[in-house]
Amino acid sequence: MPHTKNALSFTLHLADTALILAQRNGEWCAHGPILEQDIAITNITLDLIGQARNFYQYAARLHEANENAVTEDSLAYLRTEGQFKNLLICELPNGDWAQTILRQFFFSTFQMLLFEKMKQSNNTQWVAIAEKSIKETHYHVKWSSEWVIRLGDGTTESHDRITKALDTLWMYTGEFFIPASYEMIEVTALKNEWMNKVKEVFDEATLTIPENVFMQTGGKNGVHTENLGFVLTELQYLQRVFPGAEW
Amino acid sequence: MEIYNLEKAFQEKIDKEIKIEPKDWMPEAYRKTNLRQISQHAHSEIVGMLPEGNWISRAPSLKRKAILIAKVQDEAGHGLYLYSSAETLGTSREQMIDDLHSGKAKYSSIFNYPTLTWADMGAVGWLVDGAAILNQVMLCRTSYGPYARAMVRICKEESFHQRQGFDALLVLSKGTEEQKAMCQDAINRWWWPSLMMFGPKDSESTNSDQSMKWKIKRKTNDELRQNFVDMIAEQIKLLGMTLPDPDLKWNEAKKQYDFGEINWDEFWNVVKGNGPCNKQRIAARRKAHEEGEWVRAAALAYAEKKQLRTKAKVA
Amino acid sequence: MNTPIRKFYYGDIPEENTGGSINAISSNEKAWPLWEVFIRSKQGLDHKHVGSLHAADATMAIENARDVYTRRQEGISIWVVESKFIHASDPADAESLYEPAADKIYRHPTFYDLPDAVKHM
Repeated sequence: MPHTKNALSFTLHLADTALILAQRNGEWCAHGPILEQDIAITNITLDLIGQARNFYQYAARLHEANENAVTEDSLAYLRTEGQFKNLLICELPNGDWAQTILRQFFFSTFQMLLFEKMKQSNNTQWVAIAEKSIKETHYHVKWSSEWVIRLGDGTTESHDRITKALDTLWMYTGEFFIPASYEMIEVTALKNEWMNKVKEVFDEATLTIPENVFMQTGGKNGVHTENLGFVLTELQYLQRVFPGAEW
Repeated sequence: MEIYNLEKAFQEKIDKEIKIEPKDWMPEAYRKTNLRQISQHAHSEIVGMLPEGNWISRAPSLKRKAILIAKVQDEAGHGLYLYSSAETLGTSREQMIDDLHSGKAKYSSIFNYPTLTWADMGAVGWLVDGAAILNQVMLCRTSYGPYARAMVRICKEESFHQRQGFDALLVLSKGTEEQKAMCQDAINRWWWPSLMMFGPKDSESTNSDQSMKWKIKRKTNDELRQNFVDMIAEQIKLLGMTLPDPDLKWNEAKKQYDFGEINWDEFWNVVKGNGPCNKQRIAARRKAHEEGEWVRAAALAYAEKKQLRTKAKVA
Repeated sequence: MNTPIRKFYYGDIPEENTGGSINAISSNEKAWPLWEVFIRSKQGLDHKHVGSLHAADATMAIENARDVYTRRQEGISIWVVESKFIHASDPADAESLYEPAADKIYRHPTFYDLPDAVKHM
C-alpha cells in the first residue's frame, strides 16, 4: 500500500526532526547563559520530545500490521543515519546562543505553518498531534522571534554573532520547502508566508535576508551532514550496547 | 531599642514560631548564616544539574530522556527560587555566583562525584535526592520566611525525583545480569557519599548549635542521617540489592539501624576541593556564565534601547 | 508612609538599625533587574505573589515567569512588576499601623448577639 508507506515515511520524518532538534537543544540544559533561559530552552526541548514521541508512537502503529516489535524506542534508537529523515538544520551543532536561537526561529516558524496545514489533513492522527503541538510551537515562535530581535538589535557583538549564525544556517532553510516523494503536505506552498514572517522579524532585528544562496538538501531522504552520525552514536549508545534490555 | 533588647525580642519571636521576614530586624549573624546556607543550597542545585545533565543525551529511552530533562530543569528552578530568597537578605545573585566561581562559596560535595553509568541516574535520584528531601522537608519549617516558602515549593516539586530514581533502579534490578551489576555498582559508589551529605557529626559541627537555636535547622545532622539510613535500609530490600556496609544491622534495642563509620578524611578532602570532579564542575559553571555574558548584555542593551524609543514616541 | 525598596531586595532595611550588612557587589557586569511574580491559579482567584526572577524587560519577565513558575499548571494569568517599584510598610511601624484595629470588635459580625429567631443574617 503506497499510501501507508508514504504516511509512515512522512510521520518518521516529523518524528526524527523533532527528536534530533530536542537532542541538540538538550545539550543546553545546565549550560545556558542565565538560569531563566536555561529553563526556557529546556521547556522547548521537552515540547519537542513530546512531539517526537507522539509521531513515533503513531509510526509504530502504522508498522504494526507487519511487525510487532516496533515501538517508539526501536524507531528512535535502532535506525541508522541513512534511515533517519530529519531536516539537516536540526542536526547541526548548537554553536553559540545566537545560532541556537536563529535555528529555533527558522524551524519553529516553519513548523507552525506546517502544523496549520496538517490540521486540515484527513488523517485524524496527524490532526490530533498538530492541534496539540501547535500551541507549543506558537510559543516557540514568539520566544525565538523576540530573541532574534534582541540579539540583532542588541549590542555590536550580538549583532555580529547572529549575522554569523545567519551565514551558517541560511543554506539549510531551503530544505523546508523542497518536498520529498513521500511528503503528504504541500510544503512548497508554505514558502511565501515563511519568508514574510522572517522578513518581518528581521526588519525589527536589523538583519538582512541573504540572497542567491545555494541550498543544502538530503535530510528528508536520509542523506545527512557528518554531524548526524555523532548525534546518533550518543543517543543510541545504551540500546546498542545492551540489545533487548528494558530500561 | 538597644541591640540587647532587639536580640531578645528577636529570639522571642523565634521561640513563638513567628517567621522572620526580610524587613524585620535580625542579628547580623542570623542574616549571614541564612545567606550562607541558602546560597550554598542554591549553588548545590545548580552544580547538581551537571552530573545528571551528563546523561541527557544518552538516556536509554524517550520516556527516560523526558523524565531526566524535566528533573534537571526542576533543579534549575529550585536554584532560582533559592537565589531569589537569598537575594532578600541583600546580596545579588551575581555576587553569589561570583563567590561560587571564585571558590569562596561552597556547595554540596556530593556533586563532585562522577556519574559513570546510567544506573547512576537511578542512584542519584533515590539516594542523593532522598537524602536531600529529608533535609528539605525539615527546612519547610525553617524560621526565615522566604527560605521556608521556597522550600515548600521545592518539596512539592521534588517528590517525583526520588520516585523516578527508585523506579529506574527497580527496572535495572529486574533486568539482565549486566543491568543488575550496573545497579549494584551504582549503589556501592553513591551510598557513602550520600551519608556524608548530612554533614559532619553533631559533635564536630560548628554551625549546628546556633542554627538550632534560631530554628534555621530543626534537626541535627546525626538525627537526619539516622532517619535516612533507617529508610534506605528497608527500601533496598525491594531492589534485592545490598548496601556496601558490613556493619549495617538492625538494633532491636534502639529500634534503628547501626551502621559503619564514615570515611571523614574523604569527606573533608572533597569539601576542600580534592574530589574527583570539583574542578570540572566549577569550570563548567564558569564557562556557561562567561559564554552567556554577551547574551545577557545584548538583552539589557536592547531593553534600554526599546525604552528610550518608547519615551521618544511619547514625547 | 511608604518605604521605597531598593534594588535586589524587596525586604531591605537600612544597615544602621539592622545589625545586618549588605555586601558590596564586586561583579562589573550589570545584571538583569529583579521582578516580582504574581500568579492567578484559576479564574476567580486573586493573583498571588509566588516569587521573583531576573529578566531584561517586561515581556521577557512574563515569559520567564511562565517557564519558571507554571511548569506544573500552577497558573492561568501572570503579573510581573519590577521589584524596585514595590513600596512596603516599615515593620517598625507595625504596632501603630495594625494594632489599632484590634479593639474595633464591633466590625465583626460575631460582636452582635441576636435572637435565634432572626434567620439569614
